[in-house]
Amino acid sequence: MIEIHNIHKAFDGKKVLDGVSGVFETGKTNLLLGASGTGKSVLLKCIVGLIKPDLGSVTFDGTYFTNNKLDIRQEIRRKIGMLFQGSALFDSMTVEQNVEFPLKMLTDMNKEERMDRVNFCLKRVGLEGANKKMPSEISGGMKKRVGIARAIAPHCTYLFCDEPNSGLDPQTAMKIDELIKEITEEYNITTIIVTHDMNSVIEIGDKIMFLYEGKKLWEGTRDEIMDTDIHELNEFIFANRLMRDAKKVEDEEREEEEERRHNGQVASQGKEKAPSEETVETRDEPQPENPDGPAATTQSGNDKV
Amino acid sequence: MLQSFGKYLLFMQSLFTRKESAKILFGRTVDEAILIGINSIFIVAIVSTFIGAVTCVQVAYNLNNAFIPRSTIGFMVREMTILELAPTITSIVLAGKVGSSIAGGLGTMQITEQVDALEVMGINSASYLVLPKVVAAILVFPMLVILAMFLSILGGYLAGTLSGELTPQEYITGIRDQFIPYNITFALIKSVVFAFLISSISSFRGYYTSGGALEVGAASTAAVTNSVIAILIGDFVLAYILL
Repeated sequence: MIEIHNIHKAFDGKKVLDGVSGVFETGKTNLLLGASGTGKSVLLKCIVGLIKPDLGSVTFDGTYFTNNKLDIRQEIRRKIGMLFQGSALFDSMTVEQNVEFPLKMLTDMNKEERMDRVNFCLKRVGLEGANKKMPSEISGGMKKRVGIARAIAPHCTYLFCDEPNSGLDPQTAMKIDELIKEITEEYNITTIIVTHDMNSVIEIGDKIMFLYEGKKLWEGTRDEIMDTDIHELNEFIFANRLMRDAKKVEDEEREEEEERRHNGQVASQGKEKAPSEETVETRDEPQPENPDGPAATTQSGNDKV
Repeated sequence: MLQSFGKYLLFMQSLFTRKESAKILFGRTVDEAILIGINSIFIVAIVSTFIGAVTCVQVAYNLNNAFIPRSTIGFMVREMTILELAPTITSIVLAGKVGSSIAGGLGTMQITEQVDALEVMGINSASYLVLPKVVAAILVFPMLVILAMFLSILGGYLAGTLSGELTPQEYITGIRDQFIPYNITFALIKSVVFAFLISSISSFRGYYTSGGALEVGAASTAAVTNSVIAILIGDFVLAYILL
């Protein structure tokens, strides 16, 4: 679990982060969502220690990280895997050497053990056989996969991804998202993903933090995000025509459902007969006018698990 | 200017904090020595041979007095080569080749977040990337300067004898005349100092690159110009102190 508390950061007097706090849970894909220039990447770099915050603190599983002793920070950093926006693969090394690099630097494994781990990681990200290729010889999606393999190779506890699907086609982007989600759950690691892609939110966002002008404006799950009344968040979500249409269809379906239910109730009241099985079932379904109904409570409870 | 110098000193200090294991640094140093040394042999050979040849021809052109022995040409070629041309010109050439390569490489690594990737892993990127370059340059530059001295004198010999300006015997007599071994030591000291200046200044320029491709180009240019200025200042200071 990673906790951030009251993170402030300014560059040349311009506030980029303004008192951001939050908790990123283990085994979940935590998303930092927001438009470009809202401070998502800066916050991520503050968390991993690439940028020193002006104020505030970061804690990794209860261990204070910001401004702590160098050896403690180094110890934590060795548990961190990071996938950069441009993959940041070392140009002069092959795919295999890139994945082997953290093992060589951070572990006492011998060559054979390292190669076993490299091959396992490459297989895990679906790149078996690409060992000897140079980064310049592989596609953007493959580079991201190599980046993920390099991040998980030394058995990382925390995985950070800075816009993992930027510049990729929707299908490849979805595969990368799914891979990150699978790895997070499989190894029970704490994953934080910076994104402005609503598809990622819908597909893999267990917990989402929405940043706006350097401030945390909203926090919640992907099921809750579509029904918020925060203007800035709605403006961000529904900037995409597809999302607008999806919302429109959802609203229309909901209205139709309400109308049908309402008509059914009126009809049943008009006939003044005993409630049928169908009416009993309907009563158990979530009522839009009554969000605290039994079904709504159950769903909310599931989200928290 | 002063701020940059302070930043440079802090950068140099950072090379020696949180160093990686000796085994890793040794491996990286050997790699860098190959890149800096082997890849520079050709350009150093070409430049120094022709500089020796041109020096010989120009000295012969100026020494046409019958009272001055022709062996003086060989003597002057040797003195100019050992004291100034081999260490300084070779270093200026290497500032262009090696310095721009170091700054460009580090600058590209910086803007493509490869340096950040090292830092996230808990590796001191400055120490891991720069220290081997500086050590390799200090080890390799004297060897290149020795090669440059030999080839310059050889170039002078070929140019002088083939053009008929002097006989091989006259040239060799001049080369051996009043030889001061300390001059070789002085040249090697200069090469070590210039190696440090070129590799550290170029690394500093490259390491602090931010922006994009344009800035990487600007960092390479700045690395070369700053290195050349530092070489010339260092050359004067060393000559003043050590001669």
